[in-house]
Amino acid sequence: MLKGCVNSIQSLGTLDGPGVRFVVFMQGCNLRCGCCHNPDTWEIGTGDEYSVDDVFEKCKKYKEYFGQKGGITLSGGEPLLQASFAKELFKMCKEDNINTCLDTSGSILNDDVKLLLKYTDRVLLDIKYKNDELYKKHVGCSINSPLNFLEYLNENNIPTTLRQVIIPSLNDDKENIEFILSLLKKYPCIDKTELLPFKKICKVKYDKMNLNFSFEKYDTPNKKLMEKLQKYLPY
Amino acid sequence: MEHKNWNGFKKGKWQDEINVRDFIQSNYIPYDGDDSFLAGATERTNELMQKLNGLFLVERQFGGVLDIDTATVSSLTSYKPGYLDKEKELIVGLQTNRPLKRGVNPFGGIRMARQACEAYGYKLSDKIEEEFKFRTTHNDGVFRAYTDEMRAARKCHVITGLPDAYGRGRIIGDYRRVALYGVDKLIEEKKKDKENLDKGNFNADTVKLDEELYQQIAFLGYMKEMAAMYGYDISEPAKDTKEAIQWTYFAYLGAIKEQNGAAMSLGRVSTFFDIYIERDIKNGTLTEEGAQELIDDFVMKLRMARHLRTPEYNELFGGDPMWITEAVGGMGEDGRSLVTKSSFRILNTLYTLGSSPEPNLTVLWSENLPEGFKKYCAKVSVDTDSIQYENDDVMRPIYGDDYAIACCVSAMKVGKQMQFFGARCNLAKLLLIAINGGYDTTSKMHIGPQMEVMDLSKLDYDAVMERFDVYIKWLANLYVNTMNVIHYMHDKYAYEKTQMALHDTSVERFMAFGIAGLSVVADSLSAIKYATVNPVKNEEGFITEFNTQGDFPKFGNDDDRVDLIAKDMAHKMICELRKTPAYRDAIHTLSVLTITSNVMYGKNTGATPDGRENGGAFAPGANPMHNREENGALASLNSVAKISYDDCRDGISNTFSITPDALGREKNERIDNLVTILDGYFKKKAHHINVNVLNRETLIKAYNDPSAYPNLTIRVSGYAVNFHKLSKEQQKEVISRTFHEVM
Repeated sequence: MLKGCVNSIQSLGTLDGPGVRFVVFMQGCNLRCGCCHNPDTWEIGTGDEYSVDDVFEKCKKYKEYFGQKGGITLSGGEPLLQASFAKELFKMCKEDNINTCLDTSGSILNDDVKLLLKYTDRVLLDIKYKNDELYKKHVGCSINSPLNFLEYLNENNIPTTLRQVIIPSLNDDKENIEFILSLLKKYPCIDKTELLPFKKICKVKYDKMNLNFSFEKYDTPNKKLMEKLQKYLPY
Repeated sequence: MEHKNWNGFKKGKWQDEINVRDFIQSNYIPYDGDDSFLAGATERTNELMQKLNGLFLVERQFGGVLDIDTATVSSLTSYKPGYLDKEKELIVGLQTNRPLKRGVNPFGGIRMARQACEAYGYKLSDKIEEEFKFRTTHNDGVFRAYTDEMRAARKCHVITGLPDAYGRGRIIGDYRRVALYGVDKLIEEKKKDKENLDKGNFNADTVKLDEELYQQIAFLGYMKEMAAMYGYDISEPAKDTKEAIQWTYFAYLGAIKEQNGAAMSLGRVSTFFDIYIERDIKNGTLTEEGAQELIDDFVMKLRMARHLRTPEYNELFGGDPMWITEAVGGMGEDGRSLVTKSSFRILNTLYTLGSSPEPNLTVLWSENLPEGFKKYCAKVSVDTDSIQYENDDVMRPIYGDDYAIACCVSAMKVGKQMQFFGARCNLAKLLLIAINGGYDTTSKMHIGPQMEVMDLSKLDYDAVMERFDVYIKWLANLYVNTMNVIHYMHDKYAYEKTQMALHDTSVERFMAFGIAGLSVVADSLSAIKYATVNPVKNEEGFITEFNTQGDFPKFGNDDDRVDLIAKDMAHKMICELRKTPAYRDAIHTLSVLTITSNVMYGKNTGATPDGRENGGAFAPGANPMHNREENGALASLNSVAKISYDDCRDGISNTFSITPDALGREKNERIDNLVTILDGYFKKKAHHINVNVLNRETLIKAYNDPSAYPNLTIRVSGYAVNFHKLSKEQQKEVISRTFHEVM
């Protein structure tokens, strides 16, 4: 039986996908985003080992709470690093009528990932910045990776929520909004955008792990800025 | 029978017998829309409420009690009529001659009445002291019959909070009967019952009932006199909405003037009122605004109800509660929802009058409730933290569709069933007594079967369970017998004539037992089973501490290994209780509910194997211990849902606090998510949940600066309180509870 490395499981999630969700945070990430609030999920190959059945059985215990919209969300870490595990899990969920949602940075697109997307009802795609320079500096990959991923989502008509963490001075500018608007125009699979305020409460996690939280120097956006930016976006 | 005041109502059985349920079923109009029809507060309501808020402020400034009438024994006609504002009030009637002035009620026990007066700087009048020298109170009676062992169990707090010095409460009169039938008809029916009884053979039971009927009839008469003092004749059925609400309120008022029971619940009146409202609106004599105004005025009266309590009592039941519980919603046996526009109107008082702990608004939740109502309830929770939810789908099959909730979680058919309230026993303390072979290290008392202290370097699960069983058997038998004494004496010396007059003469009785510390015991037994627990003895050779090494499953994480220990413990307890017959053939029931006494219970309990330190607070009710939940909110709910309602027919209380952010980004999302969470939890056959949607920081601010948060209402354990009315100790415990938040 396929095993997966899991960082943690949250029985109630309401922020990662529609409705009430069972959220599995996968262990391991291929990127090192400066704004990451889960540094404990970075290291590959650690975490708790779960079989697909284990996770599925756990998830099923919360089915009553999902209502019309809710279901399971795979987050991380980067769930695409464990795509075959994720695919098996989502396949079982779909057979049991559980809505599936994938929270990803979209930096990997291989055959396993393509199979996984067959069983994915919605992708929460994190587009972090507007250009390659910022991507390379603050994420650790080329912007082409998520854009290719988005292209694939669009070709396959997979409903997508575009998400972005707003960090003042890095991506709260007009060009950034224009970039998002251009994506909305080009990729009709995106039916929702969510701008999330950058937060620094994860600092304690960094401290605990003896890691430097390099983004500590940035301000957190105020409510007014968030509202203003969201207003530019039609949905 | 026909009556002119019933014109426009559909005919039915209810005309020929006392049968409010049949009246409701024949006449109510279900409502499946949303809240858009609701009216706001009128200018009159606002003025009156402002005046009342002013009185609340003074009451707060006076240390919680505005005034006490120390010279009058509270009863239906012992005070002159009182008003908040005679010109403006639509619904009238106060417990004493002045708003918020408290009466004294020494029938439960003169000592408690005396101490309560003294606690607030008053002195019980010599006249009353003199009079009660020659009267036996309930408290006197109980202590005449208590055995040494009962006294010891009480003294060491292994059974505690027993209603042996004040009114037992938890009885709901069917106050609606007065409105529907008028008092004369009720007297006539009771007289018939008495005549029928007199035809049979007399024995202790029938003579007792015969005398009770005499008292019931007499007090129905006093109720009429009380109403007459306010200028109303309630002999006949109410003719319109205003009278229906007024008559119902008079009946309730009579009950709280006569009795100072811990919980004086209201029942299930809103859909009953709705029938009158619909008739008046149809006749063109009432508008939506007018209907809301009448409900507002009624609720304002309920918010003014007070009883005089001692500080010790407040330690158990913090926040000066009356548990004026009103059950709202639910489904009918025929599949129609019992939600009417008035179900919305009564919840709307939390907006028209502001949020408030009383009345204790309790939504009977069913999967099949109309969506519009579900959403409105969730909205009210998100906005006010003032309502609780109970599972109609598990209760309706047992109690039918005209039951109500007494106190927090105790279901009973209105006017057909009552309960003998029995507080609770401390299971965690019992575990420690068992391990110490019949010695309580906190009170330093020997109690129960005497055995050796468990002499093991590492506690063995099977050995501990075997020992624990012996003590559970012992306590269960003692607990039932203690309750039998209490309720025999309460019936004898402080019988609830007014409330029982509003019950069928042949009534079904429950005897409601309770357990505290369930999650502490479950986690402790889990620690013994799955980790290594080394007991540490004191100089006298008793175990006072535990050295627990290693991890173990903790209740609240949806882990069967420990959750089933909790479930089995409740099952075991009720099975043992049933072995000792209860007074008046009452049916044994069990609750997992602590009110705010979880703090006091913890204070009186030594360190436990789960790592809880000596004197540390328990979690309230059936809650997992604070901050031991590692898998999020739903896992915690699933654990509690495993405790079976079949074992705990007196209710399983769960208090749930979640931050707004953890419930969703926007208000509409939060509302929708709360609805699906409630649906899910109750589909799991869970019984009860208190919902708080708030941030811990708000409570900390209110803790530091109470005057800035005079109306902050939170649900604590089966009821709601004004946060500022809790003791600092209770406030701290509430702040330390788990708040489910965004990781």
